[in-house]
Amino acid sequence: MSFLHDYAYYIGAFGLIFIGLLVVLAKHNLIKVIIGLSILDTGINLFLISVGYLRNGTAPIFSRPGLDASGMVDPVPQALVLTAIVIGVAVLALALGIAVRLYREFGTLDLRKIKELRW
Amino acid sequence: MRTVFAIVLLAVVGLGIGLALLDVPFGAPKTGIGDYYIEHGREETGAANTVTAVVVGYRAFDTLGEVTVLFVAALGLGAVLAATGGGSEKREVEPASLVLLTGSRFLFPLIMLFGAYVFLHGHLTPGGGFQGGAVVASAFLLLYLGSRGRRVSRTWSTATEALGGLVFVVLGLVGLAVGGGYFLSNFMPTGALNTLLSAGVIPVIYAAIGFKVGSELAGVIHDLVEET
Repeated sequence: MSFLHDYAYYIGAFGLIFIGLLVVLAKHNLIKVIIGLSILDTGINLFLISVGYLRNGTAPIFSRPGLDASGMVDPVPQALVLTAIVIGVAVLALALGIAVRLYREFGTLDLRKIKELRW
Repeated sequence: MRTVFAIVLLAVVGLGIGLALLDVPFGAPKTGIGDYYIEHGREETGAANTVTAVVVGYRAFDTLGEVTVLFVAALGLGAVLAATGGGSEKREVEPASLVLLTGSRFLFPLIMLFGAYVFLHGHLTPGGGFQGGAVVASAFLLLYLGSRGRRVSRTWSTATEALGGLVFVVLGLVGLAVGGGYFLSNFMPTGALNTLLSAGVIPVIYAAIGFKVGSELAGVIHDLVEET
């Protein structure tokens, strides 16, 4: 139980990452592959945030004077994830755009039927 | 076959990561660069929000790279969709219901105001250019859902986007020339902590990023609605 308690966020984050990777590797429908990419993205963001987590910590914002600096969580992972979320949205849109283009070209989203994408 | 291969691959990767992470305690303080930022961020940048001090202060050059990635992704989407030209024919669009139309007209200025609030107060409260830009883009999404015939002028959104990026780069180069000799050094007075006009160049940069991200994501929405 204490293992689960100590590593709950890591387990959740890597659960999401592995679900995303499994979907990307195993699914045949391009839309499902893109959904997998999105889940993978979310898992990585959650992992980065949980690396900076501090038990009983506060947000690293000095919103009022006299706030204790020692109990604040690490701001660096938050700064990285903040931009990564917006970039994730744009990359997702790009992937969907490519999917639209492929559907127009081949008339299907099944990766087994598109010869150039088979592996 | 493919599924089995994927599961075996993931099991190997998972074992490696699990063994590596067993030595990293969760929730424990990890001394490092983060402590330095929390201790000295207020005096050095003047921003009450340490996350903002990191994004637009200490790691501003890195943020310029991330803004560039966002720009390339939005540009790529436009290029991929426009190259086929499949969306050029006129389609019959069913008008939105009265509730959606009225609601979107009522909410659009409020959401824009909230987005501007979020990116202008990035150095004081949780928020900043990226979050505010995303809020502004959601206002445009609501506009596209509500008023089906109305479109954002692509010329103006491109101009706003270019202006935002230009302000970022020019202020960075001015900081390189005038300030501490590195990109985007804080050459304006930092002012009193926890006031709107503090932290020198940071609110200006975050406003520029807010305009840039907002117009970029609005352009992404435009491309996905128009060209598909």
